[in-house]
Amino acid sequence: MEDRLGMGGRWRVAILLLILTILTVPILIGYVWILISTFSQRTYGLIPVDASGQVGGLTLRNWSFLWEDPNIWKVTLNSLILAIGLTIGVVLVSSMAGYVLSRISFPGRRVFLGTTLVLHAFPSVTLLIAIFFVLRWISRIPILGRDLPIIGGFGYNTLGGVILVMLALQLPLGVWLMKGFFDHVSWDMERAALIDGCSRWRTWWQILLPQIRPGIAALAIFSFISGWNEFLIPYTYITDQQQSTIAAYLNKLLSDTAPVNYSQVAAVGLFQLIPVMLFFLFTQEYLLSIFAGGAKGGS
Amino acid sequence: MKVKLENLTKRWGPVYAARDINLDINDGEFVAFLGPSGCGKTTTLLLIAGIYKPTAGRILFDDRVMNQVPPKNRNIGMVFQSYALYPHMTVYENLVFPMKLKRVPPAEMKARAQRVAEMLGISQLLDRRPGQLSGGQQQRVALGRALTKQPDLLLFDEPLSNLDARLRLSMRAEIKRLQMDLGVTAIYVTHDQVEAMTMADRVAVMKDGRLQAYCPPNELYDRPRTLFIAGFVGNPPMNFIEVEIVLRDGVYHAQRAGFDLPLLAERGGQAAGRGPVILGIRPEDVMIAEEGIAGEVYVVEPLGRDDLIDVRLGDVHVHVLADPNRRCKVGDRVHLRFNTQKIQLFDPKTEQSLLWT
Repeated sequence: MEDRLGMGGRWRVAILLLILTILTVPILIGYVWILISTFSQRTYGLIPVDASGQVGGLTLRNWSFLWEDPNIWKVTLNSLILAIGLTIGVVLVSSMAGYVLSRISFPGRRVFLGTTLVLHAFPSVTLLIAIFFVLRWISRIPILGRDLPIIGGFGYNTLGGVILVMLALQLPLGVWLMKGFFDHVSWDMERAALIDGCSRWRTWWQILLPQIRPGIAALAIFSFISGWNEFLIPYTYITDQQQSTIAAYLNKLLSDTAPVNYSQVAAVGLFQLIPVMLFFLFTQEYLLSIFAGGAKGGS
Repeated sequence: MKVKLENLTKRWGPVYAARDINLDINDGEFVAFLGPSGCGKTTTLLLIAGIYKPTAGRILFDDRVMNQVPPKNRNIGMVFQSYALYPHMTVYENLVFPMKLKRVPPAEMKARAQRVAEMLGISQLLDRRPGQLSGGQQQRVALGRALTKQPDLLLFDEPLSNLDARLRLSMRAEIKRLQMDLGVTAIYVTHDQVEAMTMADRVAVMKDGRLQAYCPPNELYDRPRTLFIAGFVGNPPMNFIEVEIVLRDGVYHAQRAGFDLPLLAERGGQAAGRGPVILGIRPEDVMIAEEGIAGEVYVVEPLGRDDLIDVRLGDVHVHVLADPNRRCKVGDRVHLRFNTQKIQLFDPKTEQSLLWT
């Protein structure tokens, strides 16, 4: 009886694997195509061909932007600044707001939680024009508007402005996530810390944050990847080539008046993908803890 | 340090978690807060710790009003049911953490941690993390952490509830011993009446946020002032029988159908002529005898040293502790003799004792 159940289990796993494989193949083929085409003049299906249609024609030409276009390094750096800035902002604000929402009862707490959830569901595209005016207004603030180092400022046409907008859009998720993680830390531990002589700040920093490290790591990774990949917001609010990000750069290749070189687009796309892939490879277990829900109890 | 609670009240919206609690704790005294879950004992403890702010009333340490003092400035040590150790720190770091915050010089910090670790038998665990310890070891560390800072007041929130029965027994004695040696004032919250009775100098019984009684354990046992205390304290619990007290031929009798018990004048006299009252008697104060009130053995539960026997007297059941050598069997006809000096009488409406106020 038990053996038959085992057999049944094995069959189920096999069928599941088969279904998953079939569903994955198209995606996988896409990536394989990108990889091949970046090193080819043209492709015929997955087979690289040269200009006359013969098999072969492998080339590094598509990657030449790396050494021929100085802009690529500038936009890569900008993307990095955007991603890191966003990550710092999201983690800092979410972990503090999440703590307060989890631990302190204040008037309007429930309303606040409800509203942030609705805001999270709100499509950001509809806000683009309104945000444009806000950023324009911020631009007029001296120094803060457009004269800060590295991020440029928080106004229109600056990296800081884009970080600010993205931060606002990411926070609802981050705050809820952090609140969830804090909810899983026992009250007693916090009470013990307060009695042992901690202030609220120190309790948060020295006792509670270490308990939710997996959550913070997950949120940081998530934010970094969002910032790195974001196209719409930097594309909308940054017109200056020097301030642009890699996703916008990629878009520019597609919208040039000259015929589109898809192999080169693929190369830039792959270039953008590399850091994310590497990042994912090393941090996927943390990302999973978002879905696993909460830190493991330490007691 | 002395602790004094004056009309201490904590309200959550319309619900009173603690209501008008008045209590005095002497220096070096061990007081237990006893009550079923949800009775407000932990709330009261957290009020004393400063985690909650009272809605009304005052908390005094010696003669200082502590209501607005944050927990970190109260110099208390607390042990939690969940241990609440810091999992990202080693045992040693856990022990010295409170001292670090108080800026104790490093040399003294180390010496104190060593001393406490030795006292509690956890010296060999100092480099481990809480996750690598057993429940009993974790509880020792938690106790150590509360002691290293040399508190004026020790608070225990059901510290033994997560331990297995044997360990609980030994830790109980150990905590009591430690508290006596250190001479530190202690408050111990528990729902286990045995813990409260064995450890405490005085027991505060709470129910529904109110203080029901505050007295030494033996008084709680011998002179329960409410029906609740009588039923809550003591194991196996007290028998309650609804009776009427009548005076017949100069002797007070507790009567109901199939039940007639002559009472001592000084006890029966308090309850005569009041209509129905509740008579309470502990199982150890009822004996199976050759003569007395007749009944039938309904259930026999061997407890080892005694048999707990459920005897049916008409339509009431009375639990009796009997010698196992009697070999009572279900269905046996027996007679019960009541120790009339231990009889309790309660008003069924107010649930107050008619004997003790």
